[in-house]
Parts: sequence; C-alpha cells; structure tokens
Amino acid sequence: MPLKIVVCVKQVMDPETPVSAFKIDRDAKRVIPAPGIPPVVNGFDENAVEAALRLKDGGDAEITVVSAGDNFVMDVMKKPLSMGADRMVLVQDEAVEDLDGFATAYTLAEAIKKLGEYDLILCGRQASDWDNALVPLGIAEMLGLPCITMAQKIEVTDGGVIVERAMSDGYEVVEASLPALVTVSNELGEPRYPTLRGIMTASRKTPDIWSASDLGLDRARLAPSLELADLFVPVSDRQCEFIEGEDEADAGRQLALRLREEKLI
Amino acid sequence: MTEILVVGEAANEKLQPVVGELLAAARSLSASTGEEVSVAIPSAGGDEEISSEAIALGADRVYMIRDPLLAEPSLDAQVAAIETACRQIEPSTVLVGRTPAGRDLGPRLAFRLGVGMAQDCVQIELDDATQRVAATRPVYGGNAVARMIFKDANPQIVVLRAKVYEPLEPDSSRKGDVVAIQANLDASVIQTRLVETVNREAEGVRMEDAPIVIGGGRGLGGPEPFEMLEDLAKLLGGAVGASRAVCDAGWLDHSYQIGLTGKTITPGLYITVGISGASQHMAGCSGAKSLVAINRDSDANIFKEAAFGVVGDWKNVLPSFIETVRELVKS
Repeated sequence: MPLKIVVCVKQVMDPETPVSAFKIDRDAKRVIPAPGIPPVVNGFDENAVEAALRLKDGGDAEITVVSAGDNFVMDVMKKPLSMGADRMVLVQDEAVEDLDGFATAYTLAEAIKKLGEYDLILCGRQASDWDNALVPLGIAEMLGLPCITMAQKIEVTDGGVIVERAMSDGYEVVEASLPALVTVSNELGEPRYPTLRGIMTASRKTPDIWSASDLGLDRARLAPSLELADLFVPVSDRQCEFIEGEDEADAGRQLALRLREEKLI
Repeated sequence: MTEILVVGEAANEKLQPVVGELLAAARSLSASTGEEVSVAIPSAGGDEEISSEAIALGADRVYMIRDPLLAEPSLDAQVAAIETACRQIEPSTVLVGRTPAGRDLGPRLAFRLGVGMAQDCVQIELDDATQRVAATRPVYGGNAVARMIFKDANPQIVVLRAKVYEPLEPDSSRKGDVVAIQANLDASVIQTRLVETVNREAEGVRMEDAPIVIGGGRGLGGPEPFEMLEDLAKLLGGAVGASRAVCDAGWLDHSYQIGLTGKTITPGLYITVGISGASQHMAGCSGAKSLVAINRDSDANIFKEAAFGVVGDWKNVLPSFIETVRELVKS
C-alpha cells in the first residue's frame, strides 16, 4: 500500500514583489496585484511538497495536492505537479476566494474528507501573505489529528511519523502515530526544480475541480470571523543620514566616527 | 463580570518573560473595559513563586491548572488544560504570547472554542464604536498593517508578538487570588510525544540578548565575508546574524536567521551589510533602536528604516569601518 500524502498549498502574491510595487486599495481593504508580477505557490508550501517528494523518493507514496480559491493561475498552481506530485484537487469557487484562516481550514478539511483515505497531511508552516500559521492547526483540529509543526525532517515508520522540529537554537524530535498533520519549515531545504520531464508530465494532467457545493460547504462558516476594519501601508518617519567620504573606504571610516559621536559604539 | 485571561507559560518552575508583556497589554486593555486581569498557568510545579510573580506583574487572579498530564512538557496537554480553563472561566478576551508554544496554542484553542483569533498582533485596544477588541498587526511581511475588530463571540483570542509590550515594574505589594483548577484531562488528549531536544550551543553572545548585532545579507556573495562580521562583532561585544537568503543558501546555519520566520532581535545597534531590507527581514529587527546600513543600492529598502547609511560596495566600506572601530574601541 502506498503512503497516501495530501499536501495543502496556497497561491499567494510573490513575496519578492518590490516594496515600490506593493499597493493597497484601502477602500476595498485589499492588496492590488502588482502588474506583471505573477503570483506564486507559497514558499513554505513548496517546502511541504518537497518533503512529500522526499518520502516518495524513499518509498512508495502517492501525493495529492489540494488548494482552495477562485482566481487560480493554472501555470503557477501546477508547479507541484511539475515537481512530481501525482494529483491535484482544486476547490475552485467564488465562495472560497479570499477566505480567512478559519474558513480555509474548514474548506480544506472537507476536501480532505472527500478525498477519503490519507496517512499524512503536509502543509507549509505559514503563508507569506498573512503569516497566520492558522490553517494547518485548524485542519488538524477539525479532523482530530495529531499535529506537529515546523518540520525540518520527516521520517515515516510503521504506522507512525518522526519529525525533527526546527527550534531557534536547535531542534526537537517529536513522534506521533498516523494519520497525522505535519507543517514544514524552510529548514527542510530548498524545493527541487521541476525537470523537463516533470513539466511535460504535469502539462498532461488536469486538476480535479470541486465546487463549494460538491463539498456541501455551509456558507455561514465561510464568513470571516473578524472584521477587517482597515488595511494600510505604514509610513516610516525615519530619515536616513547618509555618510559620505572622499571614497567608499573613507565613508567607512566616517561612519565609524559618526557612530562613536552618537555613542552607539 | 468577565475577565481578561492571560495564558501563562512557565518553564523550570519560573514564569516566562512573555507573561509580563501579556499582563502589561491586559492591564492597558482593562483600563478601558474595567475588567479584572487573570492568568491561567498549566502547572508543572513551583506554583507559589510563579503566582506571586504573576500578581506582582499585574494579575488580579492566578488560576493554577493542575493535572498529572502536565508534569511532562506536552503542548497537547497544555492546550487541553487551557481549553478546560476557558470553558470554566468564560473570559471575554484571551491573550497568548507568540512564543514557539503560543503560536500553536492560540490557533488550536480558537478552533476548539469555535471563536476568532488574531495572530502576531502588535497592539490591542477597545474599539470605541463596537466596544470589542481591536487588534493591529503587520501583514504581507510588514508591507501592510491590518486592524481587525472581533465579532460577537467570546473569548476574543489575541496572539501578541513578543517584545512589543514592556512588562510593568514588579510590585510585590499587589494583592491577588490564587485559584486551583483541576483539569481532569483524559490521557487521549496527548497525541504527540517529545522524544528529545537537541540544543545547538551558539558561541559568544546570544543574538536575542546582544546589545549590538551585525547582520549580513545576500549582498556579501558567500560565506567567507562573514568572518569579517565575526571580527566586528567580537570588537563590539555583539553577535552575528543573517538574512533568510543567506541561511537558505547554506552559507550559515538557520540559527543565524533574523526575520519573520527567524529570530527577533532588539539590540541597541543593528549594523547591516549587504541586506536589502526585505520586509520579511525587517519584521525581525524592527525593535532595534538604531539601524545602520551598508549597501550598494541607494534605493534599497533598508535605507528607509536606517538611521545611518553608507551607499557603497561592502568590500571597500567594511575594512576601513572595522579598522576605525578597532582604533576607537582601543582608545
């Protein structure tokens, strides 16, 4: 029996978008997508896909990628398939676009239930847009699964999972029995690049598209649980004092002297 | 009368520093709501010292949650203990610190109680119009700020960023009650087991405690220049840190990473070399009192936050800077 792995991913604004291109529609309380900069699969979710692929490299596994939204850019979303995932399910519906973490967890948990059997659910540790780190814990709570966050290494044993959790000054080793949910951190290592063969294979695959009604979602549970009252770009009132010199080396000297003058060193 | 409940964290029979910060935030909120401030602590010993410290730091009441399952460190047991306490106390608001435990505990508690939660907040206040808690937090890696207001369901769960609120001066003459809660947890609540903890001993000063931090970024081009940063850090009694790009590239271990997904530093002086100032990095160093930037690109975002800056190639700027610092430190 192959290990059945579900990986949850999110399409997000490219976090490398230059600050100058970052704009907000304050009336609509939404970020305006930067023109010419396509969205990406959330970086930590790519780490989760990589974690799944490593488990598949080391044994028999079947990887299904799940996401929820409406405005998917298909070329972007198919990247996990190009990397080597077997199947993709998109809950694509106006009703599930731009949900908060609670509603997203509910939607993904229902999608995972519909998938049926699973051994391991992998998610990125957080999404780079709102950095809530809420959805994976919510899915685990709703499905009643053990939850281990911040994995830098995952090992599946007979009926269980052993995870190295990245901590600020080292790591913890935590174990749980399967099925379980594990969130993956960037310490796991760089996600692999899709190979040409992977891209060709992915181009022949079509994601399964499910609607909100396919999942029987309760619309009342899709409403945000907090009211977003304002969304704005903060203004920095700091003024940088640029230190100059006869040349760059002199500027370095002058900087040290200036910091001494300010008693900073 | 409802209360504002702080989730207490203790380790080795001592209250964790974040609890003082949460109590300060709770007191500032209670100044508007008139509610009492309490702390709930999953107890693993040292109850007396812990509760007197919590009271001195601003708590009106301390709930010591007792259960045999709390004797061993287990987040599963702690979540269940706090859930039990919340169902019993029915607080209006629950404050959780954004610590390694808190950032998991807050969401899990919210899902169990079926209420909303605001993550990584830097400010809380009572919204005048709705008389509900309004929470402010950076989003999009700090490029934007969101202000969110809780709807009707209680408790309003807020996970507060660490090192934002200043703890109150401990006042040992403050009075408060200590109440024991028996959680009666079922062993089945524990679903994960900690096998071992591996600590990587860092040399020299810890970055989080260092008065001066020297940070290097992708602009340094490789791991070798970090030796120069180490020299500078030694001269100044500081520590070396790095941007995420540096750690992801494997130039330095991830324990050096400063930023939203790395460490949060609050030094008096933070000197950056070859760091562009991506918002993800800035989120980890916004508490630095003075920021100095050396970067080739005069448009780099880092200069927007810097107090002092040099536009130039670090290869030219840094050696003379370090030499001058060496002379100044000697004199």
